[in-house]
Parts: sequence; structure tokens; C-alpha cells
Amino acid sequence: MKYVNEFRQKDLARTIAQNIAAEVRPGRDYHIMEFCGGHTHAIFRYGVQDLMPDNVHFVHGPGCPVCVLPIPRIDNAIELCEKHNVILCTYGDMMRVPASKKKSLIKAKAEGADVRMVYSTQDALEIARKNPDREVVFFAIGFETTTPPTALALRQAKKEGLMNFSVFCNHVLTPSAIGHILDSEDAVADPAVKLDGFLGPSHVSSVIGSQPYEAAVAKYKKPVVIAGFEPLDVMQASLMLIRQINDGRCEVENEYNRVVTREGNLKAQKLVAETFELRDGFEWRGLGWMEKSALKIKPAFADWDAERRFELSESKGKDVKGCACPEILRGLKKPLDCKLFGTICTPENPQGSCMVSSEGSCAAYWSYGRFRGGDEGKETAA
Amino acid sequence: MNQITKRFQNKLNIASGRVDMTHGAGGRAMNDLIEQLFHKHLHNDYLDQKNDQAILPAPAAHERLVISTDSHVVSPVFFPGGDIGSLSVHGTVNDVAMSGARPLYLSAGFILEEGFPLADLEKIVISMAKAARDAGVAIVTGDTKVVEKGKGDGVFISTTGVGVVPNDLDISGANAKAGDAVLVNGTIGDHGVAIMSHRENLAFETEIVSDSAALNGLIADMVAAVPDIHVLRDPTRGGLASTLNEIAQQSQVGIKLREDDIPVRADVQAACEFLGLDALYVANEGKVIVICPQEQADAALKVMRAHPLGKEAAQIGVVHDDKDHFVTMETVFGGGRIVDWLNGEQLPRIC
Repeated sequence: MKYVNEFRQKDLARTIAQNIAAEVRPGRDYHIMEFCGGHTHAIFRYGVQDLMPDNVHFVHGPGCPVCVLPIPRIDNAIELCEKHNVILCTYGDMMRVPASKKKSLIKAKAEGADVRMVYSTQDALEIARKNPDREVVFFAIGFETTTPPTALALRQAKKEGLMNFSVFCNHVLTPSAIGHILDSEDAVADPAVKLDGFLGPSHVSSVIGSQPYEAAVAKYKKPVVIAGFEPLDVMQASLMLIRQINDGRCEVENEYNRVVTREGNLKAQKLVAETFELRDGFEWRGLGWMEKSALKIKPAFADWDAERRFELSESKGKDVKGCACPEILRGLKKPLDCKLFGTICTPENPQGSCMVSSEGSCAAYWSYGRFRGGDEGKETAA
Repeated sequence: MNQITKRFQNKLNIASGRVDMTHGAGGRAMNDLIEQLFHKHLHNDYLDQKNDQAILPAPAAHERLVISTDSHVVSPVFFPGGDIGSLSVHGTVNDVAMSGARPLYLSAGFILEEGFPLADLEKIVISMAKAARDAGVAIVTGDTKVVEKGKGDGVFISTTGVGVVPNDLDISGANAKAGDAVLVNGTIGDHGVAIMSHRENLAFETEIVSDSAALNGLIADMVAAVPDIHVLRDPTRGGLASTLNEIAQQSQVGIKLREDDIPVRADVQAACEFLGLDALYVANEGKVIVICPQEQADAALKVMRAHPLGKEAAQIGVVHDDKDHFVTMETVFGGGRIVDWLNGEQLPRIC
């Protein structure tokens, strides 16, 4: 496999680090929100912060699909297998996310629920084909990156007349989340912690293109640089962002131009438009209720919509008291500011969603840098 | 009459027969299985005594006994580079050898699921016999149980190993000291990735084979050449990262790694990339972490590289004082990170 190590080269990293050091202005701070969990993971996995000047701060955004799914939706997923006796197919990361009453899919499975970890929607379809006597539900989560495969599965199920298959749709939309964060920025009184710009999503943008961010950039006057998930991408995009900030420019720039175009993947967009439509609103863990921020299945595919097929109760599940995931997901707090972090909340026993996925910022802090303290800072022992 | 006698002897139909409940019931059918399959392939002087136990000679005065036990539940039971039979020998032989000991005997307990093909069972037993022969150990006693269909996953094998170690050899996970070198005998992650490439819902094409191997030969060479080895441990489940954390805790030290120096096959790295895994946490079955004084590291590497199982041996880090007992790493990118224990099971990331 090519192009793995090419984007992790130490020498190139040093060169970019020198350019960044030369570009940043002393006497001011730069708050850069990396939107995606993939960026957060790369920053911690490769120790990118160690190569950045002290006055450049990464603020970890909400772009971890597992982290933003609210508890009531996970309660519904558990209900699907426990009450409606379905085979629930889910991506692995979802298994450990805590739901109400200290339950999770992995605990439900241990108690007898039929929960299967799958790697793709195609696995879920195959399980449905092999179990014609059982209802099989795919627990669809994620941003625009994971939506097209779900759309494809819906189309295939309809074509095959696979009537025991359905989708529990929880797909959410990135631009709404960025808009929401910038809206709530107005409420941030302290100018020292205001965001200066965004590292924009990489895989999401490969589907939707760079164009959808243009409106937000024009409205909120914050620059966005679409950045790949490799550590060199993160550094190069940070340099581009710092240059924009210094120049007083506010543009959508594309560092990840080996994959992302302005228009995006038109075929995938068409497929999604054929199967999904906007929800009026959707609850996000951490960010709350946001209008037009998620997708639901179109009436033409109603027979494969688990929400229509099964009666699901209205769960009022709430986050664990004291859990700072909501503030962390909006960049208002860091994991170390949470009093549960590392005490009762660890990856082994997560209380909040940010501690579950390796893309969650709490899990990244814990796994890669918990000893550093402060500004995930400079006391690295390595 | 002849036909009746033949039926009475009940020759096992290995080609197309399957394990049934009578094979574990203690009667003639069980005896047939033991005689025609287990004894046939595993025989040695101890096993041939056909008692419920093996009586073994006492160790020499200058030696102590070492014992270790391990259960094997791998799925699929046949994988590139090995099977549950060879693995059940290698795993326990290696656990015994990690004390610097010479493994001598194994016991083997089989839990068979009703319906398991006898032909597969024979393949597994033949593989065990070969692995034991190659490692120079004898399987001296055993046990077979059969569970109903659905209550097992084909076959589980528990093995216990016994060996001897000289009185003056002190190799332990608690012995790592600041200034020591951390070595490994070759590429990491091969076994876990080979297994995953054959999982039913994940099959992908690759030439990666498991590194499953008995390390006692390599260990014997090392102990002879570098008597001052502090720690030997095989990084199996949880991978290199978890095993180094165990050692750091046990020895109350910190360990610093250099990612550039850790040997990983390119195809294993590629598989980890698309599965969202970190090779540091992927299982190995033929690797050993060696910790010794830095001044003896070159000698140790020389011995390792001269052995077929250590050709790609490398120094991957150093031991240092750290009150938090962290394992840290300078990444390929030049930054730093900690290398934590494996949390839960490595689950694939979705995007």
C-alpha cells in the first residue's frame, strides 16, 4: 500500500514546523479547531502538538460520529434488540458507548441481545440474506462520509426485495455543526479563547466538496482549511490557516486537494439525495437540538426505515452528572478540565461519549498524552 | 461374525466422521478416539503408559521446576502459518521459556464441540505432534471433553507446560532497570493480522502468515550467550504495547520507544491502516521482548540475528526512571506520545 509513510515524514514535518514558527506572531495566540476526530487522533497519535509553537492551540471539535450521538438514540438501538428481538448490526465503536442506566450495546449483547459488529453495510445486508426469519437492523451513524454506503444498502435492499432488513438512521450533517459552534461563539465573552479558524473535515469533504463551507465562512468571517487526516496534512493546513489569520483573510482553502474538489463526489451526493431527506431537527450530544442538522429516510424507502417499522419509545436518557462532554464537544473545555476524567471515566469504563471512540478527545488525551497536563503541552517525556 | 467384530472395534471414521457426545462419555467410543487419534500421533514413553497421570523424573539439584498454563480458543482454528494445535504448543512452550527455562513436558486438555469434523481434529493433533517434536517437548498426559453443539466453538485446547531452569538464572518481568536496552526479535503484529485476514466477515487477500513459533531454541541460545538478561516476555494478546506496560509496572520503571526502530512488515502496516488498528496492540505468537543491560545489547542482537526466528531483531527502546511507569514513544513523525495499555478490544474505527 502506497502513500502511508509519505505523509508522515519527519524531515518534511520539521520544515513545516520551521515555517509555522516563522509565520506565527509572538504576543498573540492562535486557536484552531480541528473539526474531525480523525484530526484529533492524528494530532495525538503522532505528537503533532510537540512540533507546534507554544502559542498555537488545537481545540478539539465535535467531528466524532460516535461522540455526538445522544443517549436516547442509543437507548432506542438497545430497545430494538431487546424488545423487538432484531439482529442489530453496528460499527464497532458504537458498542461501548454508555446509554441510560449504565447500559451499552456491549452489555446488552452480554445479556443475550443479538448485536453484531460489522465493517460495512454490505455485511449487514449479508446477515439479512442469511437470516430470512429474523428482522435485521443496521444502526446507521456518522457524518456525510458514512451516509453514501447506507444509501447504497437501502437501494440494494429495495432492489432485492429484502424485506427483513431496515436502517435505523442517525446520519448527521457537518455544515450545521460548524454553524452551530460559530453561533455559540458569540456567547463566548473572553476574546482570548475565541476560535480563530477551522481545520475542515477531510473525508466528509471528499463527499460534499469544499463548497458547502463557503456560506459559513462568509457569514462568520472565520477561515476554513480542509485538511487530510495524516499528520503532515494537519501541519500544512495549520500553516495555511495561520497565514490566513495573519493576513486577515477569511477563505475556504483546500489542503487536501489530492482527494477533495469544490464540488465533491457528485455520484455519492445523487445517491444520498435519492434515499434521504432533511429532518426538521435532531438532538446532538453536546450541541443540543439543531434544526435541519440530520437526515431521515425518504418515504419511497419507508419499508426499510426501522423508525417506521418498529415502535420506539421516547427515552429521556441524560448524560452522567458532571460529565463535561457537552462543553468539550464545543471546544469550551479540555478533557483535563472534567472532574470525571481519569477518575471514574476511563476508556475501560467510559462515562461520556468522548472517552469511547479513539477519535474522541478524552480517549485521545488518555491514551496518548494524559501525563502532559495543561495545554497538552510541552512536558512530553518522549 | 467378522463384520460384527469389526463394528465392535469401531474403527474411527476420520475421513467423514464427526465428534459426538459418546466421544466424551468415558466409554468405548472415547477410548477409540484416544487410541486411534491422540495416542497414534502424540505417543511417547509417558503417554504410552496409558495412566491418568505421567510420572516424571525429578529435576537435577542445580535446577528448579517451572510451570505455566494457557488456553487456546482461536477462531478460525486453521489460519495462515498455523492452527490451534501448533499454537497451543507454541504458546505454552514460550510461556515456560520466558523464565529462561528449558520446556520439557506438556499436558493437553481438549474441549470438543459436538459435530466437529474428526478429519479437522486429526489435522490439529498431527500439527500439535509436529510442533511438540520440533520444540523438543513431549505431550505426556491429556484429557478430552465433549460439549453439546452450540456450547463451544469447534475445539478449545488448554495446555500446561513444565520445564527446568538453573538455580542461578533470574529472569523476571520485575527486573528491568534504568539504562537497560529493550529488544525484540522481529516484526510485530503478524499473527493478529493473519488471523483477521481469515475472519469470516473480514476476509482480505494477503500473504501475511502468523509468526506462531516455539521460541525455546532462541531463548536457549540467548541465555547461553548473554547470561545477564533481565526480562524476557512474549507480547501475545494486547501486543507489544500492553506487554511493555506490564513490564514497566512490574519493574517500576518507564520505557522509551523509538517508533522508527520498531520492525513492522509493510503489508501488516497496510492492513492496520485500513482496519483502523495500531500494530503496537496487535497480537504476536512468535515474538519475544528482551531487556538486558545496554552494554550487552549488541551481543544479544548478534545471537538473535543468527537464529532463524531472530533475523530482524532490533533494539526498539530503552528503560529509564519514571515514577509514573509510562511507556512513551518518539513517533515516526518526530513528536512524542504515550503508549497506553490496550483498552478493551481493538475495535475498527469507522472513518
